[in-house]
Amino acid sequence: MRDTRRTRLTLGLLLVVAFTLITVDFRGGDASPLETLRGLGSAVFGPVERVAAAIVRPVRHTIDAVGGLGESQRRISDLERQNRELRERLRASELSRSQSEQLEELLHLAGLGRYRVVGARVVALRGTQGFENTGTIDAGSRDGIERNMTVVNGDGLVGRVTSVGPTTSTVLLASDAASAVGGRLEGTGEIGVVTGRGEGTSGGRVLRFELLDPTAPIEPGQRIVTFGSQGGAPYVPGVPVGTVRSVSSTPGALTRVALVEPFANFTALDVVGVVVKPPRTDPRDSVLPPKPTPSPTPTSVSASPSRSPNEDDSAADRGR
Amino acid sequence: MSARRKLLGAALVAAALVGQVTLVARLPLPGGVTPDLVLLVVVAFALTNGPLPGSVTGFAAGLAADLAPPADHTIGRYALVLCLVGYLCGLVQDDLKDSANLAFLAMVVGVTGGSLLYVGVGAVLGDLRVTWPAVTRVLPLSLLYDFVLSPFVLYVVTWLVRRVDQHRVGYDFWEPGNRYRR
Repeated sequence: MRDTRRTRLTLGLLLVVAFTLITVDFRGGDASPLETLRGLGSAVFGPVERVAAAIVRPVRHTIDAVGGLGESQRRISDLERQNRELRERLRASELSRSQSEQLEELLHLAGLGRYRVVGARVVALRGTQGFENTGTIDAGSRDGIERNMTVVNGDGLVGRVTSVGPTTSTVLLASDAASAVGGRLEGTGEIGVVTGRGEGTSGGRVLRFELLDPTAPIEPGQRIVTFGSQGGAPYVPGVPVGTVRSVSSTPGALTRVALVEPFANFTALDVVGVVVKPPRTDPRDSVLPPKPTPSPTPTSVSASPSRSPNEDDSAADRGR
Repeated sequence: MSARRKLLGAALVAAALVGQVTLVARLPLPGGVTPDLVLLVVVAFALTNGPLPGSVTGFAAGLAADLAPPADHTIGRYALVLCLVGYLCGLVQDDLKDSANLAFLAMVVGVTGGSLLYVGVGAVLGDLRVTWPAVTRVLPLSLLYDFVLSPFVLYVVTWLVRRVDQHRVGYDFWEPGNRYRR
């Protein structure tokens, strides 16, 4: 087929359509008139992805299984096959057990913070290019999901809902470079902004925490919870985000930056919950997991006025 | 362009798109970066079918990738990139008739150009994710994975096109000489 007039005409037309779409969507921002188009996209592709994920799930686990069987491949073929069968069966039961455990943890976290959550599973991860850290979950507007709801799992914050289809929704993970979450340091109550770094998925294991007050004390080991947005959207307060790993102070900078290890593992997301109703009162630090090493000395000597009585209750809870 | 080829193009794009988000994105590849199946399929399809099918398939694939759920970027961005890439790759269709090496080279150039264009459009639109450190970290590795996959994708797409043509009945007015039947 040659490069004919007709070909060029088609190309020109398609490029004009693409430019128009980009312009309209870009200028519209969050209130873009093309949001309905995106909803249509989820309506069409969401169910397909759900089905594909269900088909692919055993394949994924088989890939893992083959990778871990190097030792037994040297054995007699009969034993080997039997072994593999047993392992497969065991893995199947472990899989369902780990999922029920994840669900249990999620319900535990939701119960601690008095969040009302809708459970969902992650069916697809990321857009087609490696720059986006996003995911599709198998719950949509029919399950009561709306835009800008917080998504958590049993470990902590996962992200927020950016667009909703009938049976699926898209989640912007907290590890995405375009994600910014208000965070609060455990104990001192200093606030800052948690942003993702987004450089591929391995970059998702580290978040950036920018402390608004450059003179405020911050140490490695301190934990961060969400500060909460007005009206509980897009982020509800009190969800555990991560632990401070290192603090870097750039001379002359207006803010202080810390690197944070997130509680949630963004590369292995399975069962998540969407917070459909925020708690009536800020749960403050009560949702944080118990400290790994109990230290008898208090972390901060000065009692800051932001400490509320129920925080002390939670400290007592943790001691139990 | 027979109806069968059009169907094949649609099926390939759909399979690439769904396979990308459900399976490939979860592969534990080093660096946490994945190849871009949709781009690979569009380039391979354009190289075997010409500029018009290339640009139309590219546009449709790009728009689908812009709208399919986990995507969270400006609508039309990928459609623009893949439409252009499909057209340009289709232009060299006739030069690749007998050389597998040339076809592979064209794949490499097409995939590199497509990835760079996507990043470029993102930079123009002020995408927060397209920062210099992110690009220098993600792009070389994802291109490397793309290169490794490209001969296989090209082989599969060429084979499928050939197979689809063998079942063709009657005369195709759009493409008088069927170059796959030697």
